[in-house]
Amino acid sequence: MSMKAKTRRVDSVSVVDISGRITLGEDLTELRHLIRNLLAQGQKQILLNLADVSYIDSSGIGELVSGFTAASNQGGQLKLLHLTKKVHDLLQITKLLTVFEVYDDEAAAIDSFQKATGA
Amino acid sequence: MAAEPQVVEMTLESTLESVTAAEEVTTEVCSKAGFDEEEQHRIEMAVHESMINAVSHGNKYDAHKHVRVRFQTYADRLEIHIRDQGLGFDIGHVPNPLQAENLLKVSGRGIFLIRSFVDEFRVERPEGNGTEVILVKRKNSKKNSDQGGKHREHEGENAPR
Repeated sequence: MSMKAKTRRVDSVSVVDISGRITLGEDLTELRHLIRNLLAQGQKQILLNLADVSYIDSSGIGELVSGFTAASNQGGQLKLLHLTKKVHDLLQITKLLTVFEVYDDEAAAIDSFQKATGA
Repeated sequence: MAAEPQVVEMTLESTLESVTAAEEVTTEVCSKAGFDEEEQHRIEMAVHESMINAVSHGNKYDAHKHVRVRFQTYADRLEIHIRDQGLGFDIGHVPNPLQAENLLKVSGRGIFLIRSFVDEFRVERPEGNGTEVILVKRKNSKKNSDQGGKHREHEGENAPR
């Protein structure tokens, strides 16, 4: 199943609901453009909802890292929501759970952005 | 005398579609070999990353080059041989993605993940040309996948990325 991504706004946060596989190919380019476009539009609080992501490879992990760095460099934040066990395990063995803020609850994730900006 | 392995062999074009095709066959072979769902996923990921290396880094998507994949199912293990027609590279130059200075790098995790998900990872340079990676997964061996960056004893001097 190829990747699909839909963006919705919750307060000041852009929540990107991603489903399918995040692997090397056109889908990865699409995800990169989506994140870069959000940042270019000044939407710098980004929450990637990975609940329906069935598979992610090393290139997909790299894209998450790239998005995280791009957001951070522009004074924004990129966080992760609803990791499946497979994705959680991948981020654990690559030590990226020490890099990303990860949430199991959307409301708590949204709230964390508000606290960060003092809103 | 040891029993002959069950063999499934395929020759694939240097495309991303071939990566998917190899994964699908991996699923079938793993299922027949009796690996549980979690182990199947790990083996599929190791094959996925190896195929990406072969197709993109090894053969550089060259339409004239192919990737040969050979599954050998033994009573106690599954061996998967993936051979490209590229030049290979020095495994010693692959940085450890777990080191602090590499954590935020976009690439460089493929080999680490392969090591994490199989029991043995070898890289050979067959006569002629190309690079062959050999993945070995033993049956009834639940490998702790945090060992990916530590087990390097089976690697050759030249390997894909």
